[in-house]
Amino acid sequence: MIKVRVIPTLLFKDFGLVKGVAFDSWRRVGSAMQAIKVYNLREVDELVFLDISATAAGRCPDFETVDDLADECFMPMTVGGGVRTLEDVRRLLQVGADKVAINTAAAEDPDLIRQIAEKFGSQCVVVSIDVKHHGNGAYEVYTHCGTRATGLDPVAFAKQMEEAGAGEILLTSIDRDGTMTGYDVQLTRQVSEAISITVIASGGAGNYDHMADVLRHGKASDVAAASIFHFTQQTPLEAKHYLAQCGFRMRFS
Amino acid sequence: MKKVAIIDYGLCNLDSIERAVEYCGGNPVITDQAKEIRQATHIILPGVGAFHYAMENLQSRGLVGLLSEQVLEEQIPFLGICLGMQLLASTGYEGGETTGLGWIAGEVRKLTPTAAKERIPHVGWNEVNYLQECPLFKNIPSGKDFYFVHSYHLECVKENEVIASTAYCGGFTSVVGVDLIFGVQFHPEKSQRLGFQVLKNFLAL
Repeated sequence: MIKVRVIPTLLFKDFGLVKGVAFDSWRRVGSAMQAIKVYNLREVDELVFLDISATAAGRCPDFETVDDLADECFMPMTVGGGVRTLEDVRRLLQVGADKVAINTAAAEDPDLIRQIAEKFGSQCVVVSIDVKHHGNGAYEVYTHCGTRATGLDPVAFAKQMEEAGAGEILLTSIDRDGTMTGYDVQLTRQVSEAISITVIASGGAGNYDHMADVLRHGKASDVAAASIFHFTQQTPLEAKHYLAQCGFRMRFS
Repeated sequence: MKKVAIIDYGLCNLDSIERAVEYCGGNPVITDQAKEIRQATHIILPGVGAFHYAMENLQSRGLVGLLSEQVLEEQIPFLGICLGMQLLASTGYEGGETTGLGWIAGEVRKLTPTAAKERIPHVGWNEVNYLQECPLFKNIPSGKDFYFVHSYHLECVKENEVIASTAYCGGFTSVVGVDLIFGVQFHPEKSQRLGFQVLKNFLAL
């Protein structure tokens, strides 16, 4: 049986790791290399590493930094931020990314996802979808690190991305991000039930129960989290023990 | 020291395999050069990407004949990883029907979910259950988790070439082997301690 992954998300800005609330108010939380070394020792299931300033600064991914980090990373690593072209993908895979996460460029040019999937395979394409909940109950996809509305409905967009060849969806609730008040279970369930590729729930984890909730009721396959690991004493390993007690299949090496 | 040729055919993440081989005590060289491949004591064929495109790249670099010579005639231990395992098959169907290396009798087809919870690609940690003993898994108990990320799988024709299977999509072959030719569908270089043990076992051949 496949295991549920607990995936720490590392957000990279300028020279180090940061974490914010609702994609704003970024706080520094240490060095990326340090985090990767710690997670290696703890045999974390997988890592997501997102360079959140690349698209805003109009630059491509920082291949050198990814190269250095990937050299030390003995767990699967998804890398995102500023990925706009086939060449960006090729270089990221070449320097050691296992998968590439694409957010803004996927919304602007869905055909890019098809091209990447054709050339490198669906298994390395993670489409990262950032979603805001509007007062009227509607959800909307945002790009450019949560700053730009697209008018896209997350369910329709996720379906479109699946058809184009995405291998996984990293689904982040902008409203819940950094609040540690729980995942957006409703959003996650809507997307997860509409598609047949893996959905990784992201945004809002504050305790292990939140993870169980989004797995059980949100139908997510896996969970990603950041603040809970940066700002509390809770750890990915403890999360896995807790989830195993709840009846989920977890990996313990 | 074991000299390990990691075959470069232009489409994958070779850095992490190189690092893992180093970590496991081997001396890796990433190459598509005949001279270096002929000097290797071990050959690893990695792989990310589509079957068709991969075979095309192997052909255009003149690697199919060279690998056959080293592996089938010279009996150099060979490990195919992920797509590198699938390429061992006679035929693949990703990107159109394509002839593979043909060292393992079988076809590479897309996984078919048998339950709503089974999503394709198969991404994450899953168990490798042995059907027969294999030197690659020395000191590793059956049923341990390794890291998978793939949509296609190798359907073997000969039962004796199936080393291990994994319960997903009705069960698929996760390890194949014949003589000193091995293929693993998971990524040992990303499977941490147990993955490294597989690589160490391979280097000990």
